Amino acid sequence: MNEILWVVFPYICLTVFVVGHFWRYRYDKFGWTTRSSQLYEDRLLRWGSPLFHFGILAVFLGHVMGLGIPKSWTEAVGISEGLYHFLAVSIGAIAGFGTVVGLAILIYRRRTVGPVFSATTRMDKVMYLFLATVIVLGLVNTVVANIFGHYDYRDGVSVWFRGIFRFDLHPELMAEAPLSFQLHGLAAIALFALWPFTRLVHVFSAPVGYLTRPYIVYRSRDDRIASHSPRRGWEDDR
Amino acid sequence: MRVMAQMAMVMNLDKCIGCHTCSVTCKQAWTNRSGTEYVWFNNVETRPGQGYPRTYEDQETWKGGWQLNRRGRLTLKGGGRLRKLLTIFSNPKMPSIQDYYEPWTYDYSTLTDAPAQEHTPVARPKSLISGQDMKVTWSANWDDDLGGSAATAERDPILKKVGDKVRFEFEQTFMFYLPRICEHCLNPSCAASCPSGAIYKRSEDGIVLVDQDRCRGWRMCISGCPYKKVYFNHRTGKAEKCTFCFPRVEVGLPTVCSETCVGRLRYIGLVLYDADKVLEAASTTDEQGLYEAQREVFLDPSDPAVRREAERAGIPHDWVEAAQRSPVYALINRYKVALPLHPEYRTMPMVWYIPPLSPVVDVIKETGEDPEDRGNLFAAIDALRIPIEYLAELFTAGDVAPVDLVLRKLAAMRSYMRDINLGRDPDPTIPQAVGMSEEELYDMFRLLALAKYDERYVIPPAHAEQAHSLEELATECSLDYEGGPGMGGSGPFGEGSGGTTPIAVENFHMLQDRQTADTAAAPAGKGARVNLLNWDGRGAPSGLFPPKPDDSESEADQR
Repeated sequence: MNEILWVVFPYICLTVFVVGHFWRYRYDKFGWTTRSSQLYEDRLLRWGSPLFHFGILAVFLGHVMGLGIPKSWTEAVGISEGLYHFLAVSIGAIAGFGTVVGLAILIYRRRTVGPVFSATTRMDKVMYLFLATVIVLGLVNTVVANIFGHYDYRDGVSVWFRGIFRFDLHPELMAEAPLSFQLHGLAAIALFALWPFTRLVHVFSAPVGYLTRPYIVYRSRDDRIASHSPRRGWEDDR
Repeated sequence: MRVMAQMAMVMNLDKCIGCHTCSVTCKQAWTNRSGTEYVWFNNVETRPGQGYPRTYEDQETWKGGWQLNRRGRLTLKGGGRLRKLLTIFSNPKMPSIQDYYEPWTYDYSTLTDAPAQEHTPVARPKSLISGQDMKVTWSANWDDDLGGSAATAERDPILKKVGDKVRFEFEQTFMFYLPRICEHCLNPSCAASCPSGAIYKRSEDGIVLVDQDRCRGWRMCISGCPYKKVYFNHRTGKAEKCTFCFPRVEVGLPTVCSETCVGRLRYIGLVLYDADKVLEAASTTDEQGLYEAQREVFLDPSDPAVRREAERAGIPHDWVEAAQRSPVYALINRYKVALPLHPEYRTMPMVWYIPPLSPVVDVIKETGEDPEDRGNLFAAIDALRIPIEYLAELFTAGDVAPVDLVLRKLAAMRSYMRDINLGRDPDPTIPQAVGMSEEELYDMFRLLALAKYDERYVIPPAHAEQAHSLEELATECSLDYEGGPGMGGSGPFGEGSGGTTPIAVENFHMLQDRQTADTAAAPAGKGARVNLLNWDGRGAPSGLFPPKPDDSESEADQR
């Protein structure tokens, strides 16, 4: 059972994540967008969207820190257990709280503003369900487990997580983790499998290149969009 | 000198009757889809009026276009790159659908499906955005022909600039129409605002396009464009804008809006410009100097040095020739009657306008004086400060002198040509008074008043050296692509297999054939076909039956 939940399931989902993105980018560039609904409604979005997005960016960085960097490394540079714990809980709680509030505003907006609701796809709804579950469980982990419990995820979940990428698997570490951590992990893994088929793909087109490119882009007349016949789909013209 | 070619347009506002044919045909051709209900690549605004979307010209609110920063450098008015990325999650300057209008349809089926009842059923307006009942309160040209303007026109940002004096003279106001499409700017701020780099300027003809595969819906172009001519397709989540009908222009046809313009007031042609000078011109300190600065970016295509540089820059010879015949260049730089729309936005717009003389003519007509007399016209131009200041706010950042001169030229053309039309001796002092020669004035009259199709539209087809492949299927094998089997004749699985016929090419060529053919329904090159609608039933016109191989002489006798 542990193997299925913490070895097979993650690998299947991560494979879907990678291959799915490749497939989507190859065949559905036109559908690769944020699908912004700002045109319909602005008042709620103005608060909800930045709260959620900046919050989730901070949460992401927190995860890089907590899951990606081994405990021994942070201790080597002189960050004590207590200091790390304090930073993780305080910053994590603030970011998580902002994210949850932002998400709540956005979901409330999506449900109550008519045009936004009618532009919501079934896939959006499934995605919102998983995303909200993952985020709420994550906040629960940070606040409840960190303050009242004594589970050190850096000796458990983090080691298992890094193991996935090194093919050094320790499913028993997850089995020992508290239930809320297990559920957070499972929901997140499932979300990764959904990811390429939702609007979440826009994460991977974060326009950081804008900071360095020239303002005006010149391009030569494009054969593929001009009045030429399109090339065959199976011919790799890139 | 770095020569580039730009496809540009001039509209003669004097001839615009505000019929909206351009808007309607454009919409039918390009934005007749769900998600683009409120999108008007071409719209016609009544001036004075708020425009579409409402008050878009108020850049202190919308922050579109460019501005000079404290050090005199050109920067986006909506903020730099970092600021754009930080506000990407909620664009603070993006107009909402309410600033455009909520598109709607009517619940027509109620009219026929309603059960028997005391009162006649009505078709209620239904929002195309939410599907709910709605109250129609605004649309793309709600203030058409100054309708309701007594209440709304004071919000016109241009009127505000002209000042209070308009308000009490509103009863004796002036009115004209302003058709607008994307300006295809030399220095497009929409492209500069796009975080994904999806908006680009085509290096061959300067048309500004959105790459639909690269657009990620960040919405910065919409607030970046000061003319608000980039729209957000709310179904696909991508930006869309006027394409200058590039599939038509590429085969030498004018844009749909131009083709269908009943007033024949649009001119399309090439201008050559010096790409190295664009930034410098757009950074001109004095806003009122921007019109002149932009004019100086254009290069004279008959100058041998320019021609040499153009050839060196890879501009095909026929394009350089077309640039010499370009009506747009003539109106902008030879007769100097066309002016850019809002040069103060510093985007170097490439759709220019000949300001209307009609408000002036109308006033004279109402007084009972002769509206074609030079003295009356010139005196009226001097007297009618408000309409002229208004025009100046639109076209020259408030500088009255260029507008004044253009109107004088139009007035001079009017009175000079009247003498000729009435068989009187033309008065050479009239052109002199506006600094033109008689010949120039006559040529201008020919271009503006006669406005022949071939002279209004001088559009060289895309790349003569590529013409062969544009007509690919007519002349070459569809399998003649690199690595293909190169079979002769039909495709690998018989006729009709293999590559698809690009329908756009086929249709556009057919349309062009029909338009340039001598007869209405028998295009050239289709000699074997017979138009049965013209056949009176007697005899057998040639081509009705295939020729008999052994009996060709007797067939000739029959004819």
